[in-house]
Amino acid sequence: MPELYVSGAALGALAVAAAVATLVRGPALAFVYPLSALAALALGAVDLHVLLGGGELVAWLPIGLPAIGLHLRLDALSAFFGIVINGGVLAASIYGMGFDRAKELTPRVEPLFPLFAAAMNLVLIADDAYAFLFSWELMSLTSWALVVARHTDPESRRASYLYLIMAAIGTSALLFAFGGLAGPAGGYGFDTIRAHPPQPLVAALVLAAALVGCGSKGGLIPLHAWLPLAHPAAPSHVSALMSGVMTKVAVYGFVRIAFDLLGPPSWWWALPPIVLGAVTAVLGLLYAVLDRDLKRVLAYSTIENIGVIFVALGLALAFRANGQHEGAAVAMAAALLHVLNHSWFKSLLFLGAGAVLHATGRRDLDGLGGLIHRMPRTAVFFLVGALAASALPPLNGFVSEWLLFQAVIAGHTLPQAALHFAAPAIGAMLALAAALAAACFVRVYGTAFLGRPRSVEAARAHDVPLAQQIAMGGLAFLCILGGLLGSVLAAVIAPVLRVLVGADLSSAGSGPTPLSLVALDPARSVYDAPVIALFVAIASITTLLVIHRLSARRTRRGPAWDCGFPDPSPATQYTASSFAQPLRRVYGAVVFAARETVVMPPPGDNRPAQFSVVLTDYVWRALYAAPGRAVLRLSERLNALQFLSIRRYLVLMFGALVILLSIAAVMI
Amino acid sequence: MTGGLVAQFLAQGAQMFFVLLIAPLAVGVVRRVKARLMRRQGAPLLQGYRDLAKLLRKESVVAENASWLFRAAPSLIFALTWVAAALIPSFASGLMFNWAADVVALVALLGAARALLALAGMDVGTSFGGIGSSREMMIATLAEPAMMLIVLTLSIAAGTTRLAGVADFFIAEPLAVRVSMALSLLALVIVALAENARIPVDNPVTHLELTMVHEAMVLEYSGRHLALIEAAGMLKLVLYLSLLICLFAPFGMAPSTAGVGGWAVGLLVWTAKLLGGAALLGVWEVSIAKMRVFRLPDFVGIAFVFAFLAILLAFLSRGAIE
Repeated sequence: MPELYVSGAALGALAVAAAVATLVRGPALAFVYPLSALAALALGAVDLHVLLGGGELVAWLPIGLPAIGLHLRLDALSAFFGIVINGGVLAASIYGMGFDRAKELTPRVEPLFPLFAAAMNLVLIADDAYAFLFSWELMSLTSWALVVARHTDPESRRASYLYLIMAAIGTSALLFAFGGLAGPAGGYGFDTIRAHPPQPLVAALVLAAALVGCGSKGGLIPLHAWLPLAHPAAPSHVSALMSGVMTKVAVYGFVRIAFDLLGPPSWWWALPPIVLGAVTAVLGLLYAVLDRDLKRVLAYSTIENIGVIFVALGLALAFRANGQHEGAAVAMAAALLHVLNHSWFKSLLFLGAGAVLHATGRRDLDGLGGLIHRMPRTAVFFLVGALAASALPPLNGFVSEWLLFQAVIAGHTLPQAALHFAAPAIGAMLALAAALAAACFVRVYGTAFLGRPRSVEAARAHDVPLAQQIAMGGLAFLCILGGLLGSVLAAVIAPVLRVLVGADLSSAGSGPTPLSLVALDPARSVYDAPVIALFVAIASITTLLVIHRLSARRTRRGPAWDCGFPDPSPATQYTASSFAQPLRRVYGAVVFAARETVVMPPPGDNRPAQFSVVLTDYVWRALYAAPGRAVLRLSERLNALQFLSIRRYLVLMFGALVILLSIAAVMI
Repeated sequence: MTGGLVAQFLAQGAQMFFVLLIAPLAVGVVRRVKARLMRRQGAPLLQGYRDLAKLLRKESVVAENASWLFRAAPSLIFALTWVAAALIPSFASGLMFNWAADVVALVALLGAARALLALAGMDVGTSFGGIGSSREMMIATLAEPAMMLIVLTLSIAAGTTRLAGVADFFIAEPLAVRVSMALSLLALVIVALAENARIPVDNPVTHLELTMVHEAMVLEYSGRHLALIEAAGMLKLVLYLSLLICLFAPFGMAPSTAGVGGWAVGLLVWTAKLLGGAALLGVWEVSIAKMRVFRLPDFVGIAFVFAFLAILLAFLSRGAIE
């Protein structure tokens, strides 16, 4: 099996790269990125081979827990997610090749980068609970260390602290999930678990634990609070990996547990992911649309997309539980394609944000502007990513969105009342999320790249090195290609669909043209991106030709009109905050209890007028700040226990012993 | 067979051509009706064509710091709107490319045109461009979900997201008067008013700074660029009228098997209905005042609520609940 050796060699190379990188300093660290790129290419090729060729790779290594060892398996599901992961790693590595060798390499980042990539790959191929949890924790810790790379910044330290806590909570939830799956007999191999699905009550607890464990890593609201702090704090190519790719590992974990290990689903399993996902989708964007930090906006948008993916997964569970395999295939295809599409456009956007940060040193939207003139290529790539993230045709984000709406429509065949009424509600939430996404990205692009520069740094920006342009350009190309060839991608993931839901988009290829994407029935729902793109192209060219022939063709450059009173100061432009003001008034008043205060000095007074906005984050207040205070208060109380006399300690120990023994006596 | 194919192809092309041809006339009718109701003489019906011809002949003044996006946007916006308008079955259903007119894709195409317009509005970096873009996107966050819910409701009723299929369904069951359809109609009318920057959401004839939305975004455009933007706006009006006709008054539409004669009749009926709709819009516009910008969310929000109720009812009436 040559594929096995290739994977092993690639993973080994990543580990060796990490080890060697801890030994060298300075420009020599640059070797990490070409090596990671090659390893990602090799791993991705093996994944693609397995996905297209069928079959699976299995390996057993005598390391890890005694009597269990380390089970590794690469099946269609792992292979699909492997392609997602390694595509992201490849892009981030190519971007890393563009770093300035003298200034931008640090021993805090470069050794951890290949280790992080390897850990994510390991999670996918783990085939027993121990291997899964070990590599999951390795992934968490390496990414934590990357977040804290700029440890001199108090913001970074706070973000990484919160991340560490949330990662610990998530992993312990997964520990419970696998404990429940393994049962009292303790079969930790995935094949053993698969053969003995748990009892309904245990299954419910496992599902809840999996939702907490994977949801906290992916950023499901209310477990999201760390994500918009931690993802932007890391170096930009690592942010791209965390947001574009690591959140997909979380999705993988949920899919593996809920669709593979947990046995045949009950219909109500669908409700938690659907409800949480829909809330996450809308709230994530409302956060995004009000935030002023470029990278944080992107992180909030990741939260939204994870919500969309979880909605699709929930729908797939609902259809599958009711034996409607066709509908399940549509929903699952929507989820998986969105995983792929989001990894492309979000990696692209984060790399673009990194380019902006590199060129200007700023990531506050209100300090940027006019970058389309100074960074023309990055501006084009970022525009593609922004339009794809807004789910606009003919880019890739719309393909998965379209499939998801088809699944929502098919929801009227679900027999359970709860699901029956959940379907139109999530349809409304998803439509709202799609419209908000467009507003969010018009705002981001309009303030950062268009208009006039709002700061000296933005006015002096320059485009980034070629390698970074190649990384972004490649992803932008994939976003366009994925938008046009959605049907091909749907055919590629067919083996995964067959494994997970027992059907694929069965009518594939039966559409009016070979590239039509068909959901359920070719006579009823067809999305043909190439034909629509062709129509738009023909219409544009016709327009251009006719206008060219008919019009005066004269173009003159002049000062901006602006109703006759153009102001030379760029401060008169709309900023990100002013753009968000109408949205804040409409949505923020309810969701964030937004209150605006205007202090207007009386006439004749020379003081400036003041305007301030107060937003309340209910989720943070109720679920993070309050427990944090409670823990602090409790630990202050318990602090007294540290200053007891030896007699009292002895009494305490004796009491504890008695209690434990009596528990043991009752249990046995 | 080949002859039939050629005829089908020509019919598709004719549809693209007719929506473009009639668009300035429809706007002319609206303006004329408004003027007559205000006891004014009003501009001639063909003024729209003359305006476009005049704008095309004039030179374009482009702001000094405008980027390529500013110059490319008008053609793209026009093309996107044109394709969307041409995909809606007008005089005949079952034309050659009718399967490409997926309702979800249609809403998204319009969304793409709007996003481009909003971006173009922010390109020069003036305060007016920003004000227009920001308000347009705020209105869109309410109107677009409503629109999406409406088309989903209709798709559930008809069992297809193919627009031609939905139209066929409504031709076959013209008396399918249901509560959800009535709610959808109301919501669609509100969405159409909002999307076309019509009173009470926006006033297409004013340039009053505090209230304008659409005009603020396109303030920097002139010459042929402005002509394309204006034409796209006219096409959008035809698109929404055509959509309302196709969904709620599809009678007289030629079936797919009709020959050239059937198509001609269908074309006449469609033109009459379209201009009738435009006249109704004129009457509506003189009988109501423009709203304050921050009361708009209430108005467009009504569309969202109606659309949500409609889809809820549609789910209720379809499928069996245990």
